[in-house]
Amino acid sequence: MKKTGAQILLECLKREGVEVIFNYPGGAILPITHELPNWDFETILVRHEQGAVHAADGYARASGKVGVCLVTSGPGATNTVTGLATAFMDSIPLVVLTGQVPTPLIGNDAFQEADIVGISRPCTKYNYLVTDVRDLARIVREAFYIAKTGRPGPVLVDLPKDVTAGATEFKYPKEVHITGYQPTLDGHMPQIKRAIQLILKAHRPIIYIGGGIITAGAGDELTRLAEMLHIPVTMTLMGLGGFPGTHPLSLGMLGMHGTYRANMAVTDCDLLFAVGARFDDRVTGRIDSFAPKAKKIHIDIDPTSISKNVRVDIPIVGDCKRVLTKMLTLLQEEKGLTEYRRSLEAWHQQIEKWKNAHRLAYNQNQVIKPQYVIEKIYEMTKGKAIITTEVGQNQMWTAQFYLFDCPHTLLTSGGLGTMGYGFPAAIGAQVAFPKRTVIDIAGDGSIQMNIQELATAVHYKLPVKVAILNNGYLGMVRQWQELFHERRYSMTHIGDAAPDFVKLAEAYGAMGLRATRPDEVVPVLREALRTPLPVLMDFVVEPEEGVYPMVPAGEAIDRMLLV
Amino acid sequence: MRHTINVLVENEPGVLARVAGLFSGRGFNIESLSVAETLDPPVSLMTIVTRGDDQVLEQITKQLNKLVCVIKVMDLVGKEYVAREMILVRVAVKPETRAEILSITDIFRGKVVDVSPKSYTIEVTGDEEKIKAFIELLKPMGIKDVARTGNVALVRG
Repeated sequence: MKKTGAQILLECLKREGVEVIFNYPGGAILPITHELPNWDFETILVRHEQGAVHAADGYARASGKVGVCLVTSGPGATNTVTGLATAFMDSIPLVVLTGQVPTPLIGNDAFQEADIVGISRPCTKYNYLVTDVRDLARIVREAFYIAKTGRPGPVLVDLPKDVTAGATEFKYPKEVHITGYQPTLDGHMPQIKRAIQLILKAHRPIIYIGGGIITAGAGDELTRLAEMLHIPVTMTLMGLGGFPGTHPLSLGMLGMHGTYRANMAVTDCDLLFAVGARFDDRVTGRIDSFAPKAKKIHIDIDPTSISKNVRVDIPIVGDCKRVLTKMLTLLQEEKGLTEYRRSLEAWHQQIEKWKNAHRLAYNQNQVIKPQYVIEKIYEMTKGKAIITTEVGQNQMWTAQFYLFDCPHTLLTSGGLGTMGYGFPAAIGAQVAFPKRTVIDIAGDGSIQMNIQELATAVHYKLPVKVAILNNGYLGMVRQWQELFHERRYSMTHIGDAAPDFVKLAEAYGAMGLRATRPDEVVPVLREALRTPLPVLMDFVVEPEEGVYPMVPAGEAIDRMLLV
Repeated sequence: MRHTINVLVENEPGVLARVAGLFSGRGFNIESLSVAETLDPPVSLMTIVTRGDDQVLEQITKQLNKLVCVIKVMDLVGKEYVAREMILVRVAVKPETRAEILSITDIFRGKVVDVSPKSYTIEVTGDEEKIKAFIELLKPMGIKDVARTGNVALVRG
């Protein structure tokens, strides 16, 4: 029996285990929209296509599943670009389905036509234009396979209207075979053995982990390895939650706004063991001063991440979980581990000194400090919430003051730094986990970039909480202006035209709360957390509070501004 | 340093754009690129001539390998290989230069493939040095147009 393209598409999604589709309709995608009610997908109608992609991304990061969204051609498709680039930079598995004008019209500058395959090529892992309904099932299958395997990423499938409206015999491909796509999963054994010997020779070793640990689900293996060898661990922004933030071996985040002890330890270490991280410039600072004394080992599933920015001594291409599992097995046969752990005593003492020299701190006075709000959120959620952030100061304070113990609990745009990510991502996470507490820690600038999704949260009764750290500025840019641009706050003061966030929330049918004094913070949070509605919390905070420590761009990471 | 890279790719629409986009997006340089179908029609061979230090070349080959549409990447530097390019040159002819042009063409084992009252179009195939020498010799006669294929290359043996 023949099936239409729309039916084939939805059948394929079903077989991929898709449960949720974040979507926004339009002319070119109508055959699919029309077919949707015949299926039992949970469909979330967003209010802007960018919101759809970020929500699918938040869903994917929180659940570990592939996020799916469905939008129309032209502007619908181009509105996904920021979301695609965000997911691409952070290696998040998405399948983005875009409508396209009918194949005979492609290239004719038809109404709502955009060459989205051309536009999205550099910000997707792969993309497809389906030109024949007979290719559809194979392409959807491949799209999911590519999105979730190897180093995951977003895949876009462009669907001309005559393809989804067309019909053919449905044949589901049994397996996927793509000649040019064979990710390396198992690390090279001799390299792994060399790595272990190098680690065991080190006197001042550090483990440096990134988002790859979370993607690979290798947190437990990493923790066991760190404990077995008693090696301190520092995390990138994307790696937070990959190793428990409250663990005695945790040094916290490193890099531009990393902790003093993490940055000092990395600068002084004689062995840097990088796992699922990519030596990003916000981590390394000045590249020739990054871990200058250290031998370097690097595990990554993506060969292009290795020796891209920093030369490493032992590269290991493979899945973090598989490689760490092999290392654990080999280490169990090693004698002298007790001795090794003991030999690191001096190193741990040194790190303790750094820890006590400059702890993360702030002074809470009569005005609410943003860090205080985050500490209270941490305490009141017992560190168990799913936290999303926007980008800027709100994001860095979250990374510093909320200690993430579990993977998939911090959802943040690390690589692209997309303002407006956090709120729709929180909606996606709440869809994945309706019972859990999901909080977007936002700024008054970034929350306004996708504020329209309040309607989505209200529409689907998603009790997402938004904590706006309202300082009246685009705070991180203001901080750079303060430090490096003569305190000239050009284009960064937005407070004079700020909306009344409480009224705004109420206008959408959500709850709005405000705290202007430190003693109001806890009651507002308590009220928000017990309300089964979306809540916007407006915390009026110190306008010119800065994020510290800070490594000026391009400086060595041990040259931190500490106040 | 200059590198010649052979890349086996899927013979599909958009593949050239993916490869070219990778070079432009990451600031790599393409000196020449030629591409055509292999004996196996779903597969094409690209020969790319590029330049960069070891680290850049390592990234170029890794990034090419990472593309889903790329089947195999071979950097020919350090290997024995032959590389050839074909050019078409339209050169002005006058009664007093005609004989010399024909004799240069002959020496370079070229062919005159089109004749008009005022010009010859000459086809020559060779490695980089030979092509360069040929062009230099014809320059004084007045070259009107040049079309080059860019290198194609194969490993010896």
